[in-house]
Formats: sequence, C-alpha cells, structure tokens
Amino acid sequence: MTSLKGVGSWRTSVEEAVLPAVVALLVAAVVGDVLILTFGQNPGAVYRLLFEGTWGNAYGIGQVLYKTTTLTFTGLAVAMGLRAGLFNIGAESQLAAGGFAAALVGLILPAGLPALATLPVYILAAALGGGAVGALPGALKAKFGAHEVITTIMLNFIVLALLNYLTVSYLKIEGTLHTAEIHAGALPRLSDFIAAFHGSAANVVLFLAVATALVAWWFLFRTRVGFELRATGLQPLAAEYGAVKVTSVWWRAMALSGAIAGIGGLNFVLGYKHYYEESFASGAGFLGIAVAIVGRNNPIGVVLAALVFATISQGGLAVNAVVPKQIVDVLQAVVIIAVAASVPGVRAALRKARASTASSSVAAHTHSTEEATA
Amino acid sequence: MSMAEQTTQSAPLAIKLTDIHKYFGPVRANRGASLEVARGEIHALVGENGAGKSTLMRVLSGMYAPDGGRMEVNGRDVTDWSTADAIAAGLGMVHQHFMLVPTLTVAENMMLGRERTRGARLDLARAERETAELSAKTGLTVRPQAVVADLSVGEAQRVEILKTLYRGAKILVLDEPTAVLSPPEIDELWTVLRGMRARGETIVLITHKLDEVMAISDSITVMRHGRTVDQLRTGATNPAEIAKAMVGRDVRLAMEFVVGEQGGGPQDVVHRASRLPATPLLEIRDLTVEDARRLTAVHGVSFSVEPGEILGIAGVEGNGQTELIEAIAGLRDVRGGTIAVAGRDVTRASVKARGDAGLSHIPEDRHARGLVLDYSVAENLILGQQHRFTRGARLDQDAIRANAARQIAAFDIRPAEPARAVRALSGGNQQKVVIAREMHRAFQVLLAAQPTRGVDVGAIELIHERLREARGAGKAVLLVSADLAEILALSDRVAVMYGGRLAAILPRAEATVEILGRHMTGAAVKGAHAA
Amino acid sequence: MILLAFLVQTLRIAIPYLFAASGGVISERAGLIGLGLEGYMLGGAFCGALASYYSGSPWIGLIGAGTGGAALALLYALTAIKYRADQVVVGIAVNLLVIGATRFFLRLAFHSSANSPRVPGFGSEQSGTGVLSLVANPLVWLGVIAVAGTAWLLYRTPFGLRVRAVGEHPAAAVTVGVPVTRVRYTAAALSGVLAALGGAYLALDQHQFSAEMTAGRGFIALAATIFGRWDPVRAALACLLFAAAETLQIQLQGSQAIPSQFVEMIPYALTIIALAGVVGRAVPPAALGRVAE
Repeated sequence: MTSLKGVGSWRTSVEEAVLPAVVALLVAAVVGDVLILTFGQNPGAVYRLLFEGTWGNAYGIGQVLYKTTTLTFTGLAVAMGLRAGLFNIGAESQLAAGGFAAALVGLILPAGLPALATLPVYILAAALGGGAVGALPGALKAKFGAHEVITTIMLNFIVLALLNYLTVSYLKIEGTLHTAEIHAGALPRLSDFIAAFHGSAANVVLFLAVATALVAWWFLFRTRVGFELRATGLQPLAAEYGAVKVTSVWWRAMALSGAIAGIGGLNFVLGYKHYYEESFASGAGFLGIAVAIVGRNNPIGVVLAALVFATISQGGLAVNAVVPKQIVDVLQAVVIIAVAASVPGVRAALRKARASTASSSVAAHTHSTEEATA
Repeated sequence: MSMAEQTTQSAPLAIKLTDIHKYFGPVRANRGASLEVARGEIHALVGENGAGKSTLMRVLSGMYAPDGGRMEVNGRDVTDWSTADAIAAGLGMVHQHFMLVPTLTVAENMMLGRERTRGARLDLARAERETAELSAKTGLTVRPQAVVADLSVGEAQRVEILKTLYRGAKILVLDEPTAVLSPPEIDELWTVLRGMRARGETIVLITHKLDEVMAISDSITVMRHGRTVDQLRTGATNPAEIAKAMVGRDVRLAMEFVVGEQGGGPQDVVHRASRLPATPLLEIRDLTVEDARRLTAVHGVSFSVEPGEILGIAGVEGNGQTELIEAIAGLRDVRGGTIAVAGRDVTRASVKARGDAGLSHIPEDRHARGLVLDYSVAENLILGQQHRFTRGARLDQDAIRANAARQIAAFDIRPAEPARAVRALSGGNQQKVVIAREMHRAFQVLLAAQPTRGVDVGAIELIHERLREARGAGKAVLLVSADLAEILALSDRVAVMYGGRLAAILPRAEATVEILGRHMTGAAVKGAHAA
Repeated sequence: MILLAFLVQTLRIAIPYLFAASGGVISERAGLIGLGLEGYMLGGAFCGALASYYSGSPWIGLIGAGTGGAALALLYALTAIKYRADQVVVGIAVNLLVIGATRFFLRLAFHSSANSPRVPGFGSEQSGTGVLSLVANPLVWLGVIAVAGTAWLLYRTPFGLRVRAVGEHPAAAVTVGVPVTRVRYTAAALSGVLAALGGAYLALDQHQFSAEMTAGRGFIALAATIFGRWDPVRAALACLLFAAAETLQIQLQGSQAIPSQFVEMIPYALTIIALAGVVGRAVPPAALGRVAE
C-alpha cells in the first residue's frame, strides 16, 4: 500500500486486499450451507434470521457496534504489529491488562469527576497496561531474537493467570468475578442518546475506536516513524540500509500494538459494565488476528473487517434457536483459513498480471536475472 | 568431428551439450551454449559472472529442462532427464552453496535419500563404515561422525564431493570449488581430482580463476553472455588468451572509448598532479571485517580516495568487496581498523550519522538493500533521508513530491510517476531511482557497488555520465564493479581485490587488462600453486 | 505412599501432554509449526468420544480419534504446503474451527452444547485412581510408547532422517531426491494422530466429552516441545515437569502456599526463558514455518 495516491497503485492494492476476503466469504457461505443442512434447516432462512438479528433491529445493530469496537482495537493492534513484520498473538492478554489497569485507576479516582477529565487518564492507564504486556515480547525479540509468536502466546497465559489471581484474591466482589464498580468518569452508552439502542452494550468508546483507526492510519502513512515501521515490516534489510534501527522498531511496535489493544479494554470496563470482569477479553485476541488478516492490515480495512466479524458473532446469537450459535465460530475460522490460503496465490497472480502489462516485462527480466545467474 | 571427439577416437564423449537454450521469461541465460567433455579428463568451464555457466550445469544435472538443444551423456540422449535420472546415471554435482544439512552428521548426510537400513532401522554404522572406506580410497579426508555444522569449509566441500561419489558418480561437476578454500586446501583438491582422473572419472570445473585453469585442466570451454565462444586445449593456450575470450570485445570497446575521450584519462591525471595534495575524503586504515560465517573477509585493507577522484576496485565477486562496502556503509561491524569520511571517524557510527557526514551508498543488491519494492518511487527516493523530509512528526508530502519530481527529471526515470510502486519499474529504472536518491543530494563520498548491474545500455550511459560529473564536482567515488570494462572506463586509479586483500593499486594509465587480469585471478600472488 | 500417589497423579496428568508433545516434535522437526495441536487434541477428544459412544468400544474410539486428528492435520498441511498460507494464522484458525465445530456437532448428536452422554472408556470403576488404574489403562502404555516410538522414528528410521533434513535444509533434501512434500504431509498426519490420541485419553478417562475440555493443553504440549528443544525424550521430560507442577498445585490446594495461578504459569514462563536463551539457546529447526525452499 503506498501513501501517495496514484490511480494505478491504489486500484491494484484494493484488488489485492479485497479479492481474498470475497473469496473467503463465499467459501464460508458454502460451508455454512452444508452445516445448516445437516441440522435439517433451510440455509436461506437461517441467513435471513442472521441478518434480521444483527442489522434488522436497533438492539442488534447496537450489539454489533459494541463488538465492532473491541474487535477494531484488537484488529488494529495485530495489524500494527504485522505492519512491522511481527505477529502479535497476545492481543487478548493485552486487552485484559488494559482493561484491568483502567479498572484500577477507576477504583482510585474520586467519584464524581467529569468524564472529560478522567478519560485521558483512563486511556493512558489502559495503554500502559497493554503496552507493557506487548513490550516484553518485543524486547525479547530485539535482544535475543526470540520469536514473538511463541512468546506472545506464552505471555497470554501468564498474564491472564496473573490477572485472575489478582482479581480473585484481592479485588473481586464476593460472589462474582468482577471488581467494584467505577464511579469516576464512567462512559455513557449509546442508548443514553439514542433510545432505540436500549439494552445494547454499544457505548461512546465506539467513537474512540474509529478515532484510533484514523490516528493509526495517519501514523502509518503520514509520519516518519510510520514510514520506518512499514519499511521494517516489508524489507528489514532495506530499512537498515535506510537508516532505520530495526531492533528498536521491533520492540516499539510491539509496545504500541499492546497499547492499542489495551485501550480496547475501555469498551467493556468503562463503557459497558463499569468494572473489570474475568474473561471479558475472551476470544477477542484471536478474532483480532482474523480482523487484521481480512482487513489486510489497513486501519480502514480493519474497521470494515471488524464490522463483518462482529456481525457474524452477533448473528450467532440470533440464530441460536434454530442452529447452534457455534456455527459462526466455524464460519469465522473458515474465513480465516480461506483468506490465509488465498493471499499468496492472489498476490502472485496479480503481480504476474502487473508485470506483463507494465511497460516493463523487463521488470521480470531483472528478477529472473538474479535467479538465472545465481 | 569435434576436437574432443577426435582426441578420444571412437569412445563416446562423457558429456556432449549442443546448442543449449534456456530462458527464464525474457532472460536468455543460455542461448547456444555447447560443451564437449571427453571421458577421463578434467574440463574447465570459464566465463564471467552471468555468462551462463551455472545455468548450463543445472540444465545438465536435470534441475532445469532446456528450452532448446540436445544433451548426451556417454553417448545416450538425456535431453529431458530429471535429477534422479542424472544421479542414477552417475552424474554428481557439487554446488557452490553447500547442500548439506548442518545439524546432521557427515554419514547421515551421505546416506540421505539412499538410506542404509537393517530391516526398518537406519544402519548408521554401515554408512559410517562406507564413508570411511570411500574417504580412504579417494584421499578425501572426512570424519564420518562429525556434525556438518562443525566442519571447516574445506572439509564440508570434501563431504559434498564424497556424497556424489557415494552415489556412484563417474562424472563430477564442481561449481567454483576453490572459492572457499585456502591455498593448501586447493592443492589437496587438485590431488584428489587428479586421482579421480587416473581412475577414469570425468570432471567439469566451473571457475573464473585462470591460474587454476592452467594448473589443473586438460581442456577449456569459454562462455560469454549465454553462449559458448571458444573451446581450447589447456596445453595450447595461455591466461591472456582465455581472459580475452572471457571478456571479449567489450574491453576493447571501453578502451577505445577512453582513449578517444577528450578530457578524460591521462590528461586528467596530469591536471591533478599539478594540484596541491588534498585531504582524502574517504580514508580506510587496516580495515578488518568478518563475513556471515565469522571468517575474515577483509584482511587489514588500507586505501584512501581523494576529492575529484574515482577509485575503482576490480575483482571477481566473493573476494571481500561486499563486506568492505557494507562495513564502510555501516551495515556490517568492523573487527579492526578505521573509516573516516571527510575527516570524521565513522568507524562505529550509525548509518544515519554516516549519511549526515556526507556518505552516499549505491548498494550492490538493489532488491534486498537499495529499495523497498512495495513503496512508491517517491518514497524510495527519500529512503535513508526520511528525517530530512519531516514537519514535526509528519512527513512533508509537498517536499517529498517536489524531491521526486526533481530527481525523476534529472535521471529520466520512467515511467515518470512518483506514486507508482517501484516493483513495477524495469531494472534499469529501479537502479536509476537508487542512483538519483544517492547522487541528487549533497554528499562528499559515494560508494557505488555494481552500479550498472542488470541495467540497459541507455541507463548505463547516463549512470556513467553522472559518476564522471561527481568526480568533476570534487567528490570522491569508490567504485566496485565485477565489470572490468566499466572499471577501466571510469576510474582514475584501479585497485584489485583478491582474497580479501588489495592485490594492487595502480594509476589508470598503468592498468591494462592483462595486468589486472593477473591480479584478479591470483596469478600474480607470490607462491601461487603451480601445475 | 504420598510419593507414589504424587507420581501416579503426575503421570495421569502427563499422558495427554506426552501424546501431543510427541506429535509436536514430529511436526516441527519437519518444518511445520505446531500451533494446531490444541485443535487436533480437542478434535481427537470429540471424535474419540463419538466413536466410542456409537460403537460401544473405546478401541474404536481411538481409531475415530486418530482419524479425526489426521484429517485436521492434513487440512492444515494442505493450506500450508499447497497454498503457502501463513502457518501461524492457519494453526490458530484450526483451533477456532475445532472449538466451534465440536460444540456444533455436540448439539447435533447429543442435543447439548456442553457435554456428551456417558461414553465407554478403558478400565472400570473398580480400578479407582491408584496405580492400578494407570496400569489398566492401555492409553497410558500407548502414551509412553508414543514417546519412545517418536524418538525411535526420528533417530533410527530413514523417515526420521528425512524429517530432520526437511525441517533444517529442504533444498539439500531436494537435491538428493527426498520427496519433501510427501515427508511433510506424513509428518503432519502423524502429529495429528498423536495429539488426537492425547485428547481421546482425556475424553475416555472422564467417560465424557465436554466442550473445550482440552483447556489449552495443546499449548502446554507445544511449550514442552520447545522447552525440550524439539527432542522427543526431552520434550517428554518437560511434560512430566509441567505435570508435576500441576500435581503439586493440586496437592497444595488446601495449604495455599502457592496460588494455583502461579503454578499454571510455570510451563509458559519456562518456555519464554528457554527462548530468551537464559538457560542455553533453544534453536528451532531452521526451516520451521517456511515451505518454499
């Protein structure tokens, strides 16, 4: 993806981005048909039910928007890491850590403070919580070359266990698995403004999510640091040549990635339940990976992909009476597999097409010269 | 009948390749390559980088299928065979980059793919025994139980050769075998090869080192630009003749060009001699650099480049030039010695600091180092300089666009679209992007490594012109090129790198092809191994 | 006798890890990242329970489990090898797929999204939880055999030699005529079968399949693989170490000496330490995760 928009390059990057997602959704639809039929139901009817339960009514829309918010944050986190060439599997623990940090701050702040004053503090706390969890694997990679896939997965378990311990042993309200309610600067739900959303969890953190996506886009494509980060992800050798300290980029990108995921914790902790609860982050990390992959690591794409996955998630609840809601878990997994399988092929095919139409079949020449004279 | 066939009378040739063509897309790696090797001889296949030697051997070994031509091995038509067929027929290839699994032992590598078993179990003892026996028989000393990662390069190569013999190879192809060996190891290799020849086995040696060709081979095939240009008997020729065949008309062309040029060459030298000596812009003292394998690639090299001078470093690739340039550019750590740019010591400085000190670098591999292929032309034109195009945290898009417009125009980069991804440009235009970026800005010292590799003729002209302009403007240019013609056309002084050392530094007027050729091929090295 | 009880408990907990880690070693040594182990285990637990239930025989259950695991692993291998998909992404996706699919089919078959009905297993009520129960359970023996078998396969057979070559330097293997793709698929299938047997052990031992019953054991097995430096015996020792820690935590539950959550962390923390090279370097197979040579 290039930042300066020339017609040619913009169109081809959109092609490369959208094709795998479209193919994947089609494959998922076919698999969905098969599963629905095994349950003796009519696929058409089930899909209609799914649509009605999500975009067909205000409550459904609200729930979709709520889920989109969390997935946008975790998706942006994973996308930011991938842009630097790093695979952050730890978004779930970073999300939880961020929410936890916010909940702690909420318990400390005196009640009655206006939300506008407390919000920056909450954001900072959540960012620090998630960022710390993200920075560790980044530092391990920079210093020891430890592969971030494994370290983030391992740290996931460690951090979640730690948070569980802290919650259960010290902070929980008896009989529950959540902390005390926050009274300082809790954020309003959308239903407070638009009555139709009554009952849904959607809250103003949604706007924070969109804002974060825009900032992330600006950061990646308009700033010098973003330029260097993307170069590191694309070609670390060329980045090193281009005066970039690659190891430094690695740990900073992981910290940033963790911070973004951490801020996502505000959706539940500040905007919805106003406390930290065990397992609130469950599944959001892996789905964040799906969102980043389908959104092709572009912040705008991530928001759109988050909407898609949130719709599917919520749709599961809507169809649960007819077909087990887990069908959507299967479909989400199928989408991820299909996208992952089609991306290399699509990229190669598009590249071949571009090379032959460009005024330079000699571009292939140079490439093959290296091969031939190897 | 061909020369080789005449000599061996009625015995079929071990190898007969006739008019082989091999294309990779529009690239014609082999176009009319031929090879005739008699049984029981050591045959040298020589040519410059990119001449098509390795490709031809890969076609022979079944790795690639030829697009045209005919292959015969021991009289049999084998034009379409596979690597498995080739191995079964007794053809063994020893690659330049070893195909050994580092974590396995020698014996395990030997039997991989042809495992010795007792029932369902691996019979490692038998493989070790057979390895030891073969090793003793051929004189190729290896330790069957050693792990490959622990072997010296020479030992690893012996394992590679033994591997082919283990599979019954009677025809052996070695690709640049001495590139990684020390002189005593080279002598050992010759002894082994002679022993094999005595046993009636056939050997093809791909090499660019003419002293070796003279020392060990019986006959020679010279390739250039994908085709065979000469077939010689070693006893009836000499290195100068071989070198001329390798380099061909190009060198003569370049020399005509230089001699006929106004204001270039000897006149220039006279002018400079009458100037006061200036502080060198690039000063290298006792520089020692290691390569990726922690072996010394640059041995205590010292030289300097004055303002208004192009110092050309000639030499076949793999003699330390890459490591030298990377060390000066800041992409590789230095084990000893110092680097100074415009009087400032930059030995431990970052890439950015060296750029700020006035260093520009055209890297030898534009795809790996010089360009981020998925970035646009405009973005690549600020790579390494992005900190100069900021407004606060933001990138200054206007400045970037303006910079791109200027550089695209100055270097005639086509297509003239700043937003196009650089991947879509031709090789020549990609290189122009790199050069525009490195030269169309303020600099004092320019490192130009293989600046015209893979570039079309028109772009070569332009690049050479710019290099001369830089010299005229008082800059220091360090030019590294495997293209001797280029070195001769541009340099004021010529140095030769061989084995990690500077074998010679000569003024341009004294640098003839013959003299340089000898330095480049190690023939001028004292105590060079004789036949 | 407390020690004996401790050892018995440790071994019981370790068996699923032993199976899955053996599978992880084979897969990763051949160059395929073992992130799908959790999915193969869970899928094996489900298929094993299903097959045992409908056939009435736990042995048929094992066959069912192995088939399910192999199928999942081959799906993963297909996308990784033929389509060059990112192995990490597909591995995680396979896990998600199995979690969803098992619950889905649980409802389809048994009309419950949480548990299956009682499923025939090995051993009877009389064996209790002591040494006898271990000895009577064929899967315990199979688990130990799996470890020994994997070590033997990897180091003493031609296939094992090829696996080790393919995972380190596939190009070298190609030049000597090793069928690299076939080796990779076979390794994948084996890893699927082994991990699935680990899952089947869980289901048959508890005489029931419960949703997500593997609870991350596949990741612990992967941690053991890495901590054991991709060697079957060392990985098995790591499994025993992790299982011992779990047993310790269970035994100490009443005394509250160490909170259970910290014991939970041990396998993961040890793996991170191994990767950071604090106790010697854990160097993975050189071609791990890369399919194109």
